[in-house]
Amino acid sequence: MRALSVLPKTGRMRRIIVCDIQKCNGCQVCEAVCAYAKEKSLNLKMSRIRVLRVEPFLNIALACRKCEKPTCVKACPRDAVTALDDGSISVDKDKCNGCAWCIESCEFGVLKLHLDNKVAIVCDFCKELGEPQCVKYCPKEAISYTTVEQAARKSSREVAEHFLAELSTSTA
Amino acid sequence: MGVETKGYAGKYIVFDLGKGKGRSEALSESVATNFIGGYGFGARTLYDNVRAGVEPYSPENVLAWWTGPLAGTVAPTTSKYAVFARSPLTGFFGFGVSSGGFAYELKSAGWDGVVFFGRSPKPVYFFVDDDAYGLRDASALWGKTTWETEELVREELGDDAVRVASIGPAGEGLVRIANITNDRNRQVGRTGLGSVMGSKMLKAVAARGTGSVDVADPEGLFEFSMELNERCQGPKTEKYRIYGTPANVLVHQKLCCLPSYNFQRGTFEYAEEVSGERMMRTHVKKVIACTNCPIACDHVNEVRDGPYKGTVASMDYESLDMLGPCCGVRDLDSITKAVNICDTMGVDTISAGVTIAWAMECYERGILAGEDVDGLDLRFGNAEAMIRALGLLCRKEGRLGRLLAEGVKRASEAVGKGSEKFAVHNKGLEWGAYSMRSLKTSTLGFATSIRGACYLRSGSYQVDVKGTVDRLKLDRSRGKIVYEGENSYAIIDSLILCKFIRGVMSAGDMAKLYTLATGFEMTEKQLMLAGERIHNLAKCFNLVHGASRKDDYPPPRAFEEEMTDDGVRGARITREEYDEALDGYYEARGWTGEGIPMRSKLAELGLEKEGEGLGVG
Repeated sequence: MRALSVLPKTGRMRRIIVCDIQKCNGCQVCEAVCAYAKEKSLNLKMSRIRVLRVEPFLNIALACRKCEKPTCVKACPRDAVTALDDGSISVDKDKCNGCAWCIESCEFGVLKLHLDNKVAIVCDFCKELGEPQCVKYCPKEAISYTTVEQAARKSSREVAEHFLAELSTSTA
Repeated sequence: MGVETKGYAGKYIVFDLGKGKGRSEALSESVATNFIGGYGFGARTLYDNVRAGVEPYSPENVLAWWTGPLAGTVAPTTSKYAVFARSPLTGFFGFGVSSGGFAYELKSAGWDGVVFFGRSPKPVYFFVDDDAYGLRDASALWGKTTWETEELVREELGDDAVRVASIGPAGEGLVRIANITNDRNRQVGRTGLGSVMGSKMLKAVAARGTGSVDVADPEGLFEFSMELNERCQGPKTEKYRIYGTPANVLVHQKLCCLPSYNFQRGTFEYAEEVSGERMMRTHVKKVIACTNCPIACDHVNEVRDGPYKGTVASMDYESLDMLGPCCGVRDLDSITKAVNICDTMGVDTISAGVTIAWAMECYERGILAGEDVDGLDLRFGNAEAMIRALGLLCRKEGRLGRLLAEGVKRASEAVGKGSEKFAVHNKGLEWGAYSMRSLKTSTLGFATSIRGACYLRSGSYQVDVKGTVDRLKLDRSRGKIVYEGENSYAIIDSLILCKFIRGVMSAGDMAKLYTLATGFEMTEKQLMLAGERIHNLAKCFNLVHGASRKDDYPPPRAFEEEMTDDGVRGARITREEYDEALDGYYEARGWTGEGIPMRSKLAELGLEKEGEGLGVG
């Protein structure tokens, strides 16, 4: 018998950090929390999650997407960047020489160079803490750690509810 | 000797704009713990450096930028900075606080602040890049709006994350009510500090910081900050989160304290149309937050139809009332457009709205006409005329523009003919959106405020609005309310925290935050004493620059005209009750009847030296 919930999930059951751009207001608390969780630093530029504001209205928090075919892994000439079984990315600090090709290759721009030791860093979903701390502390519950499928189902549900509301007002 | 207390960067830049050279100065331990940061440091800088007779636009005037001990940390609502100079609008203590992400950046670059002296011979901007800093040419930026300047500076520096605080054409042109804008929607709004930047040919200050602020107890500070973030999701901050401050419109309407028609009335017959509730449905496109703020109050409007379609502006209650009901304007599209003009051209929405409202009243009374108003039909409620007048003001164009650019006090003095009586200001600073006659404790706070008419110096309107006192009466006891509010707000402005978090933080919580960040064991009592010390030092600055009791009064409209709104009909302030309340305030402060701090009071606060020059008791 296979034990429950020990196997890493991939594909549509893969868990990623999803940002609701209606709720995200660009406060950067997730960055501050991440910096503290990963570095015991209060400098939000130490974070692995990135908050982006595109004036005047768009705010979004982005972290590693655990791509099925991660370009960052392919890009690394030193095999320092590898994908783990759960899809998350691991960087071997000793092998990495900070060339930043992985960073350049990532379509989402979610890798960074560490401010001090200048090796590539990326979200590891706070595995050692049990859950991503940014999700835990987001003041507006704008980010969640959920599966690709659940994120899609949530969107479907919301659009359906919106449609239903429109329908009931137009018939009222 | 540098500061050993943590939390602070421990150093600040002193920069001579004339020579284009600066130096790093160590922050002293005693200044840090006695004056806290922000307002306290600004009071110290202005008092120590700006002597009597130094004209606001002269190179000798100082322009000081200060953060606080919590900026650059995870503590909520602390990405705040304050700017100080002798105000060209009031001649007294010039002071404004802004937020966004600028302060976080400046502090993590490793600086508590920047103190500018002198005047540059050509347009420049100042760039702080971690430990490096200096001037860069701003010839190509001169004439640009604040929003354009932010983008152009980022483009030039090749970094779209650089934070920029800049002035618009109004500040360049020495419009006395010009402000400083950062992150598009956040302003050092009041007392005309944008024009002091303009006088120094300083177009902008840009900052990039990658360092970490060293705090005494990182774990404790993180845990407490997360607890505060949680508290900020509760009922005490609900108003700011849901409708933003425009929620005040209908609350104030009910209490007849929503200034309309240049403060002639306290209600607006179209209040519903400009309410926060209505705005949420028809104009708010997005609510955004400042860096490390768990509340998020900034309601960004977008005009959806009509001639101003696509116009974007961040809307708060003060801007809305001053450029709306105070000018008789009832349409949110036009109000959004007006705020957009103010923010991009770089003028204070409150001062601009009140000054235009005064001009409208002059026009309706026949005091201004024809050429005086450049042919505008400047009656109350004419939104288009208001917007055109605003454009003229920002660029000092036409007779009207040149007149209004001076602010309401100077404009009314120039026009005369009794118009001074309805120029609604204190010390030259235009009054905010709280009626004078139906919120009397508030009025005492506005009129005694260190920077001129202001609701943010003591929050004394709260007891009136909440009904803890009879808001239609004044007595001696109100002085103590203002006194306590001022001391507590002085600390909020020094730490620097956002006023919107005050509902979920006690003074003890503030002392705790300070201790966690700095390692200096601060008690609530010590902190409040520091608030009193800071306020007294700022008062000493005003006294050096000629302030006296007469400067602590509301304008004649508060005394001479009775309100006509149902509910408060007949309300006005009597000279007797105001004098009594003012006496009560001075008494609570330990000041003489002329509003001068007693030597004994200053000694108690460790300001003996400042007391020597004042020569009282």
